[in-house]
Amino acid sequence: MNSKSVMRGMIGFYIFLFFFYLFGPLIVMSITAFNTPSYPQAYPFEGFTLDWFVKLWNHRAMMDGLKNSVIIGLGVVSLAVPIGLSAAIIMNQIYHRARGLYYLVTISPLLTPGVIIGISTVIFWKDMLGLTDFTKATFYKGIILTIFGQASFISAYCLLIFMARLTRFDRSQEEAALDLGASYPQVFWHILLPFLKPAVVSAIVIGFLSSFENYNTTTFAILADKTLVTVLAGEVRQGTNPALSALAVIIIGISLGGAIIYEILKRREQQKADLAQREAVLAERQEAVA
Amino acid sequence: MSSRAFVFIIPIIVIAIFWAMAKFEYRNNNDPTRKGYFERNGKVLGIAFIALVAFWTLFLVGLPYLYMVVESFHPQLPPIKRGGPDDILTIAQYQSFLLSKHTDSINWLHISSLGFTIFVSIVVTALNFCICYPLAYYMAQTGATQKVRLLMLCLIVPYWVNEILRAFSLRLLLASKGLINQILMWVGFTDVPIDFLGNNTGLYVGLSYAYLLVMMFPLYNAIESLDKNQIEAARDLGAPWWRIHKDVVIPYAKPGIASGCTMVFMLSAGSLAAPQFLGGPRMLWFTAIIYDFFFQNFNWARGAAYSFILLAVCIALVMLLLRLFKVSLGETIR
Repeated sequence: MNSKSVMRGMIGFYIFLFFFYLFGPLIVMSITAFNTPSYPQAYPFEGFTLDWFVKLWNHRAMMDGLKNSVIIGLGVVSLAVPIGLSAAIIMNQIYHRARGLYYLVTISPLLTPGVIIGISTVIFWKDMLGLTDFTKATFYKGIILTIFGQASFISAYCLLIFMARLTRFDRSQEEAALDLGASYPQVFWHILLPFLKPAVVSAIVIGFLSSFENYNTTTFAILADKTLVTVLAGEVRQGTNPALSALAVIIIGISLGGAIIYEILKRREQQKADLAQREAVLAERQEAVA
Repeated sequence: MSSRAFVFIIPIIVIAIFWAMAKFEYRNNNDPTRKGYFERNGKVLGIAFIALVAFWTLFLVGLPYLYMVVESFHPQLPPIKRGGPDDILTIAQYQSFLLSKHTDSINWLHISSLGFTIFVSIVVTALNFCICYPLAYYMAQTGATQKVRLLMLCLIVPYWVNEILRAFSLRLLLASKGLINQILMWVGFTDVPIDFLGNNTGLYVGLSYAYLLVMMFPLYNAIESLDKNQIEAARDLGAPWWRIHKDVVIPYAKPGIASGCTMVFMLSAGSLAAPQFLGGPRMLWFTAIIYDFFFQNFNWARGAAYSFILLAVCIALVMLLLRLFKVSLGETIR
């Protein structure tokens, strides 16, 4: 018994250390966002201020970058989610001997360093779009190349999300619909797509967030434009500035809020499921008695 | 442009071969229940699926990679001369990696930079495995469901703070005026601040910190599906705790371990932010060389060649290690 409680204490201490490592730097950074000195310091705490948030708000380049990041994120999602879905459906139907190569090609962007994805995107599309003056003037832009570069690996995330969900799809539902006279496209729109809805939602969320925080691919593909993350990188390279801490506080706040909302929704769902189960058990018992 | 046009022929040939094979096979075993692709998906959807997937696999993945490789076999030329008589195939870019241009001596600077990058990435991978394994095991096997979900949520939140800001937060901690040095000096451990960024401690910590969760989730998923009874059985038979891990848990979780390690290794070897912001001034990270070829020398061909070298060395190493530990690549990417 005694050795068990020692073990427990050790595990608890280890978990504490792990999360201290994970959160410690973020907490220290958050404190510097509210401290007055212009060099971000957590201690000594010289005075509470919100000036760094104001400074952040007035930072032109960062706000422009934020706008571009949102545009790119939306572009990537609207490209990568349909691609991931189509790729998952084709995965089941493709000629079986080609499946191995197909899988390899679709998954390879996940294992390729982002730097290389960015470089290959720029080299390839520069020549492609440079073929005519019109395409060069209209499409050879940092935002478009970044959407292409990011979509190449975010589509693979989406593919994996859809594949995971599709393995749980009950084929008999499809057969039932077909027996009742539905066409295949009708099965897709009315049965498969509603079934995949949770996967679509998570693909959109994960796709947007991965696009938003991407640095390695973006820094090459963005050309002369800027995203929030490339502006940030420039700022960090130049030196330290509490306005960056202020931005981090906002991002942490948003993700904490999202996490708490998610947890509440999950708990509610769980309660509902528990309730339904209890009712089912009760009903069964009554039936048995009768 | 002819050598570059060659890039477009490769996928056409591959697709044609598979198409012919499929046609041939279906004609030979006459299966009346088999439905054609367009019969199954309808015309509009069928075309949409194929168009989207073709755009992705060809124009976003396959062709750019092939094109980059072909580009790396070209000389660096000003835009006007591209496609002209000077635009020949050459291995000069690869030569320049091994030999310095003017002196013809071995290019130690770049070779040792590649070696250093690989070495640090391996150390970081091993470090992250050691840090993550106990927690992954605890969450997957012994923790209560409610608690595990809470821990999971705590893991995800910092992951959405982007790489740059996480590197920035570490820089604040590790700087000579940073909190850690303040504490060390207050305790009396040292009189002068320790240069954590200069001696590359920052680099290791930064990379480990950035990819902690990339290791955590594959490990957790792999260990979670292990039947608790197996561990019970081993314990009942008198196995000490370290043997349970060595002979039961780790062999079972091997695909997950392999996938976590592969991801962390590839990500750190290809990382840009952590070495840029946390590395020492004399440290040369391989992606930083590539970055400079692109943005300072505008030598895209050489940058492409170096990218390809990095990719090839990393993939070769991963394959070698997977072979050594007897895991197949297919198991890894799940």
